[in-house]
Amino acid sequence: MADVYDVLIVGSGHAGAQAAIGLRQEGFAGSVAVISEEVDFPYERPPLSKEYLAGERAFSRILIKPETFWASRQIAFLFGRHVVKVDPAKHEVEDADGGHIGYGKLIWAAGGRARRLTCDGHDLAGVHGIRTRADVDLLAHELAGASTVTVIGAGYIGLEAAAVLTKLGKKVIVLEALDRVLARVAGEPISHFYAQEHLAHGVDLRLGTVVDCLKGEAGRVNQVSLATGEAIPSDIVIVGIGIVPQVQPLVAAGAAAGNGVHADGHCRTSLPDIYAVGDCAAHPNHYAEGKTIRLESVQNANDQAMTAVRDILGKPTPYFVVPWFWSNQYDLRLQTVGLSIGYDQTVLRGDPATRSFSLVYLRAGRVIAFDCVNAVKDYVQGKALVQAGSRVAPHDLADTNRPLKELV
Amino acid sequence: MPKILVTLREGTKQEIDAAVGISLMENLRDSGIDEVLALCGGCCSCATCHVYIDEEFKDRLPPVSEDEDALLDSSSYRLPTSRLSCQINVDEKLDGLRVTVSPEG
Repeated sequence: MADVYDVLIVGSGHAGAQAAIGLRQEGFAGSVAVISEEVDFPYERPPLSKEYLAGERAFSRILIKPETFWASRQIAFLFGRHVVKVDPAKHEVEDADGGHIGYGKLIWAAGGRARRLTCDGHDLAGVHGIRTRADVDLLAHELAGASTVTVIGAGYIGLEAAAVLTKLGKKVIVLEALDRVLARVAGEPISHFYAQEHLAHGVDLRLGTVVDCLKGEAGRVNQVSLATGEAIPSDIVIVGIGIVPQVQPLVAAGAAAGNGVHADGHCRTSLPDIYAVGDCAAHPNHYAEGKTIRLESVQNANDQAMTAVRDILGKPTPYFVVPWFWSNQYDLRLQTVGLSIGYDQTVLRGDPATRSFSLVYLRAGRVIAFDCVNAVKDYVQGKALVQAGSRVAPHDLADTNRPLKELV
Repeated sequence: MPKILVTLREGTKQEIDAAVGISLMENLRDSGIDEVLALCGGCCSCATCHVYIDEEFKDRLPPVSEDEDALLDSSSYRLPTSRLSCQINVDEKLDGLRVTVSPEG
């Protein structure tokens, strides 16, 4: 007979961990289990491309809770198990080894897998993603004997890794297919600023550069070949080109899905008693004009987990939290509040040359987001403008003598 | 090991044997206190490890940095004794410290 849990959580990332923690915090007395492909108790993911990769924080220091915490809260962990099938009628999941686990409510927090290249050579040894502890442990092990590292993709993960690797004394090449770094997530002035910073730190940054294939010897990568025919010798290749949401078992079970599995304002999927939270959940977001989006962030993982928990406990509270995010590279702290999706205007606040400035995003005259570089005050005070969707004259936003809190 | 007395949101008190050389936030986390979210992991990028520090220990703590000050301003529960627990490194001088978890974040 299959084990049965009142709440079964699939995935042990930030969202899965917070769902379990939140259930107990809110007084849920039923049985709770977390099933995960991984073999470690929940840990913070952001340090994987930062302090953990740099070797500055040990694994024990990135655990979300001490190991003893989980047993003390009667939260069971089913490690090393990959859910391949969901049977909503039977309220049961099946793992890759044919094991069955029953549930009362299912919280799908499986996140995503690091997207892989599809070109020739994508599966050579020495080609890494950065998504899990195992990814980074293997990468760090191989880095010891490597001198040249090529990073494919100049998004946050790729640039954070490039910053760490530069500090570790590696020769770093960053290849980006688009014509600027952070092109999908930030405005042009932010892209330009970060590109200059990486160049100044010795990174060989190549924009508008398309990879043709990876080549190697004896099964291990040793060069990246560009579409132009140029060859870039590389001991290690890091691929940072986003994630693929891990939702296939839900889709196969009939869940409504698109870019991720659809979840409503309470994180309910279209399947009975199944919730989706975190990176894999395509949800209507107030800060994206109600559009259905996925958000890959710790904030979203935590807050959606609590949204699902409250719904399960009969205290439904729609998801309405202002998104925030951070990225650390070198001595630069970028903090984002709001979502810049669909912006039609940007205003620069402060001078990037001082390495402390903000970029304000507006849509139809309303403030929708801030990217703040070493500008914590703007980040904190900008939040109120984003929440209110304030209409502020661009020259006021640009005036650093006027605190943002006076503009709400 | 310095002892730290933590008052949780509901008023429950919990004494912890703190480890030195790591932050107060990490000590709270390691002792299984789940009211302190510490979402950014201690890099002073959020304000979800907000606590109140007993007045008499104020002088034994590092000063509030500009960034910490700005982040604390984001809380509607800020008091003169507010600190981000990730910004306080625990040492022997803090033996007997009394800390209260803020109502939110």
